[in-house]
Amino acid sequence: MSTPTTHEAAAFAGAALALGDDALVLSQRLGEWAGAAPVLEEEVALANIALDLLGQARVLLSLAGDEDELAFLREERSFRNVQLVEQPNGDFAHTIARQLYFSTYQRLLYGQLAAGDGPFSGLAAKAVKEVAYHQDHAEHWTLRLGDGTAESHDRMQRACDALWRYTGELFQPVDGLDLDHEALESAWLASVTDVLGRATITLPSGPRTGAWAAGAGRQGLHTESFGRMLAEMQHLHRSHPGATW
Amino acid sequence: MTTSHSTEAPPQGPLEEHFDATIARDQRIEPRDWMPDGYRNTLIRQIAQHAHSEIIGMQPEGEWITKAPSLRRKAILFAKVQDEAGHGLYLYSAAETLGADRADLTERLIEGRQKYSSIFNYPTMSFADVGVIGWFVDGAAICNQVPLCRSSYGPYARAMVRICKEESFHQRQGYELLMTMMRGTEAQREMVQDAVNRWWWPSLMMFGPPDDSSPNSARSMAWKIKRHSNDELRRRFVDMTVPQAEKLGVTLPDPELRWNAERGHHDFGTPDWDELMRVIKGDGPCNEQRMERRRSAHEEGAWVREAATAHAAKQAARAEKGAVA
Repeated sequence: MSTPTTHEAAAFAGAALALGDDALVLSQRLGEWAGAAPVLEEEVALANIALDLLGQARVLLSLAGDEDELAFLREERSFRNVQLVEQPNGDFAHTIARQLYFSTYQRLLYGQLAAGDGPFSGLAAKAVKEVAYHQDHAEHWTLRLGDGTAESHDRMQRACDALWRYTGELFQPVDGLDLDHEALESAWLASVTDVLGRATITLPSGPRTGAWAAGAGRQGLHTESFGRMLAEMQHLHRSHPGATW
Repeated sequence: MTTSHSTEAPPQGPLEEHFDATIARDQRIEPRDWMPDGYRNTLIRQIAQHAHSEIIGMQPEGEWITKAPSLRRKAILFAKVQDEAGHGLYLYSAAETLGADRADLTERLIEGRQKYSSIFNYPTMSFADVGVIGWFVDGAAICNQVPLCRSSYGPYARAMVRICKEESFHQRQGYELLMTMMRGTEAQREMVQDAVNRWWWPSLMMFGPPDDSSPNSARSMAWKIKRHSNDELRRRFVDMTVPQAEKLGVTLPDPELRWNAERGHHDFGTPDWDELMRVIKGDGPCNEQRMERRRSAHEEGAWVREAATAHAAKQAARAEKGAVA
């Protein structure tokens, strides 16, 4: 990398923060599943995915500043994650739909970044292996739930419909990330359409963004449950200013 | 199981002689070997309860995953809770080699017909508890489990080898957290001492009732399922832990605790055995909460398991149809 300009450095830190917040927030949501998964194998799988995401978050946040300061001392308006990852776990189908939408995006995103020669290419090359596993896990569960029983089909359909409106935000440009957004979006749509089709789920037809929410999370505008999630995540750290753990 | 004789049945001739000789030579019993029903049932009970303990044990620490005060500690906790689920899986597999069925064992746990370790019925009230669980609870588990690596039943012994490696890692991490907290603020040091005060006696109780009231011990030792008595393991744990407490700078809440040079061991006070009995019988601080969480996870996950089964059946039917066509 040649000496970056101030703008480039700020854009790089901003992009690292956006991607880091995505991973941190989803990891936190998955942590809420500990001890409550439907089968023991899923305790292992969900913790494994959460741990990968937390690892990504730590690397990315450290590129933007101090990982703990950024995770524990910012308020909602300063978080840059997409709204999809902060959505509550809901039932297992909601968690899987969120995983399918997000891991497909991450796989394609890191694939593009790894193929380029930008500042994120090295990190992306490692992450792409992890997110390929996450996408595979989400895909298999989408098939099992969609093409399982009548009840699981209905739940999976409802979950895919409910989270659909948060998927448009994934393809809003992020300053500092050199990406072909159109290619990313069409590849994402093709992959999700294929998986949902095989799972006998009807592709949701509603809008992919809310009336005013396009790119909202990236600007620090979040949904209501996010504040409660942060309160739980941050309370202990904030209760002991200056303590090391 | 194809035989139905009781454990008091007369010697079985060559099969039983062969079994006894294998145990006497310190060799391993394997799943296909003949074994007395009592041996099989004792092992199923012990391994299942061990597996249940790993699963219930995810709860007190899992409680702090979402609240961990640094990302490094959060990652360590995630990894630990994931390891515990993995230990549960190894152990259920070991129990299945004896003819038990994992789904049935899960039912027994949920219905309260099989136990799990008494220690997980105590609440985690501060982040120091996470460290103390690593130090005391994993430490006590290691004292119990290292000898089980030489247990006479092969699949159990081999599971223990893998589990012990991971447990000692967790124990060191727990102790390291406490070291860090003791070097921190006054509030952090108080948190550590408070956690030590609350977990010390319950940890000593993890080794089970005293030898003179431990009904299964003698037989388990004769069969070399267990290698040491409850009291012997408890003494080892105390001897191991006292110097660690000194190094950490905390006191252990036992006025009778002191070094006995004559015996070469520490003397220590008597745990409250009535409390242990109450906790084992379901009346500890968190028994109901722990069971309820496990039960509701199981019940709320039923539709997911049914979906997986239905999907697998559809896939199999499609594959068969494809093979015919």
